[in-house]
Amino acid sequence: MSQTPMRDVDPDQMTISDEIAIEIIRMNKWFGSFHVLRDIDLAVHRGERIVIAGPSGSGKSTLIRCINRLEEHQNGRIVVDGIELTSDIKNIDKVRSEVGMVFQHFNLFPHLTVLENCTLAPIWVRRTPRRQAEDVAMHFLEKVRIPEQAGKYPGQLSGGQQQRVAIARSLCMQPRIMLFDEPTSALDPEMIKEVLDTMIELAEDGMTMLCVTHEMGFAQAVANRVIFMDQGQIVEQNNPHDFFNNPRSERTKLFLSQILGH
Amino acid sequence: MSNPNHGPDAYLREEMLPEMPPPPRETGMVKWLHENLFSGPVNAGLTVLGLLIVWFLFDHFYPWFAHSVWNASSLPECRKIIAETWGEGAGGACFAVIRERWNQYIYGFYPPGLYWRPTLVFGLLFVALAPILFSISRNIRRIVLLTAAIVTVLSLVALNTPPIWLGVAVAIFAVALLVAERRQMWLLGFSAFYPLLGVWLIWGGSFWWIIMILAGMGFGSLAFIIAGRLSPLLAGSSAIVVTLLVWVFLSGDAAKDAENLYSLAIARVDSEAIGGFLLAITIGVAGITMSLPLGIVLALARRSDMFLVSSLAVIFIEFIRGVPLITLLFVAQLLLNYFLPPGTSFDIVLRVIIMVTLFAAAYMAEVIRGGLAALPTGQYEAADALGLDYWKAQRLIVLPQALKISIPGIVSTFIGMFKDTTLVAFVGLYEPLKNISDAVRANIEWKGIYWEPFIFVGAIFFIICFSMSRYSMYLERRLQRDNR
Repeated sequence: MSQTPMRDVDPDQMTISDEIAIEIIRMNKWFGSFHVLRDIDLAVHRGERIVIAGPSGSGKSTLIRCINRLEEHQNGRIVVDGIELTSDIKNIDKVRSEVGMVFQHFNLFPHLTVLENCTLAPIWVRRTPRRQAEDVAMHFLEKVRIPEQAGKYPGQLSGGQQQRVAIARSLCMQPRIMLFDEPTSALDPEMIKEVLDTMIELAEDGMTMLCVTHEMGFAQAVANRVIFMDQGQIVEQNNPHDFFNNPRSERTKLFLSQILGH
Repeated sequence: MSNPNHGPDAYLREEMLPEMPPPPRETGMVKWLHENLFSGPVNAGLTVLGLLIVWFLFDHFYPWFAHSVWNASSLPECRKIIAETWGEGAGGACFAVIRERWNQYIYGFYPPGLYWRPTLVFGLLFVALAPILFSISRNIRRIVLLTAAIVTVLSLVALNTPPIWLGVAVAIFAVALLVAERRQMWLLGFSAFYPLLGVWLIWGGSFWWIIMILAGMGFGSLAFIIAGRLSPLLAGSSAIVVTLLVWVFLSGDAAKDAENLYSLAIARVDSEAIGGFLLAITIGVAGITMSLPLGIVLALARRSDMFLVSSLAVIFIEFIRGVPLITLLFVAQLLLNYFLPPGTSFDIVLRVIIMVTLFAAAYMAEVIRGGLAALPTGQYEAADALGLDYWKAQRLIVLPQALKISIPGIVSTFIGMFKDTTLVAFVGLYEPLKNISDAVRANIEWKGIYWEPFIFVGAIFFIICFSMSRYSMYLERRLQRDNR
């Protein structure tokens, strides 16, 4: 795995509180008869930066998609910010407006300008007045360093710029938790850095983050916990230092040797 | 540069190359002709053959057009003029029939003294459509409105419109032109009111009916607001129920009483008198405006997760698509009366409009479903992840994109539907192509004239359909959002 150069970070600066942001208890999920997630237990504290790694098909994307119920779990409990995810649509919408998500393929709305992408949810979900929503949007577009693109359409931007807009769009809802589903996998190597830098800044601001990624450099620099998944279950979790230097399970060792080996 | 340390093939560019223009080639007409028409013996042969066919057709039909007569009062007179001018045996078109009977082709058997009413309705159609169709470009909106205003007012003057109504028309156009410059969204208010105004002006009767229909809607929206505090579903259903109740039990009597108290009536015109392009355009516009929203609802219903909703949509769509339009029109003409309570008379044009709308909506639903299916699931997921509920996601994210993708199909359906309005000939309505032409030929003066009316009617259909097609291309260009 190529290690993308990133700016220096000091993980110790980022504080983690005792408050629990996400609690997943013995959660199981099936796609048809295929058991994708098996007995997942996970507690995420506020301010934690968790990187989820694992081979493809191990269920890591499905896991974070369960947290904002893009996927429905069949048993077990998921509690986000004190709200349990059930089929109650009100709770789901409430959780979704508190949890931001960034996708592998950006999923920007191509028929709206960058600014409109960012103000849409605040205006229609939070009922923020348009002017105020635009101010907030410009603030976050500046934060991801593309305020000058506000009037353009997503199709006119590069992949890295689009992904940064997608991050800004999520931030405009002022979420307390951010989920990243392979945010750099669809990007050219030169654009990965700009997205990772944005994510690091976010981590420094104390955002609770769950990130599915193959960027092990990012995991080492930013994460306070790395979770390794295989066959729908959590195989190993540890702090990044021990995870990379002293992996305990054979499966983890094999995985690490394959992605770091060359 | 050949550093032995890098091996024999090592290479280092020391200067980046600047951009260069493409090599000069033969350009212009000669190149185009060579590439497109005479690139080889087969191609050249086909080109010559094509030219011969075009020449043959031109040679065959040109004299007929060139000899056309516009001033005559009957077909024999036409033939006499052609024989006198171009010699015995010469062919020639007798477009005099159009000059003599254009009014029937346009208005059917509408009372000639009232021609101004449908004309005004047609002119105002452009005011109603301006904020919907031409909302993006102020320039185009201005041109469309100004042209409509000038043509309509001149036509109204030529048709001896009563001065009051001429004043009303001028006032509406003037206000619309002003409003369209700054606050075009206000024109949507007129667009919403336009259908009622149009129906009233075409069919006539008491304006109190229109007021009572609006009152019913008013009560309905009141119910919507009150019930909306309890639940959104209750709000929608109670709004519909209250509106219908007011219409059925209150509006009729209230309108009659009000009319007796103070008359706001204009002369009534029977549906049987409505014909020609007035009929075709009335059915077409009503069908188009109603089939699009109905088609959207059906398409969303068909993709719904709720089994009952989606199966009802599938049954409706497949049933309507599986049956010829003529069958539905016959149902409208004959069977509907069996199902309705005795004594209710239900206007035949209205029945036909309903059937044409349902027919077009089924096709529309499938076209829009195609657009919905073309959207990547990521769009739905992003909308969900931002916390947008189903209806907001559909309205703000899904439909704008799906409808844009479906524009060519939607407009095809519109065009097909508009041409299908000629099928109402089979239920005895005077559409322009067959029944009006038959009526014209029934007169001894024009017995035996076929081509000229067909060409005239065909040309008008072509102009309208081609405009729709060009508009859709314009819209696609304007909605282009990426730099591909």
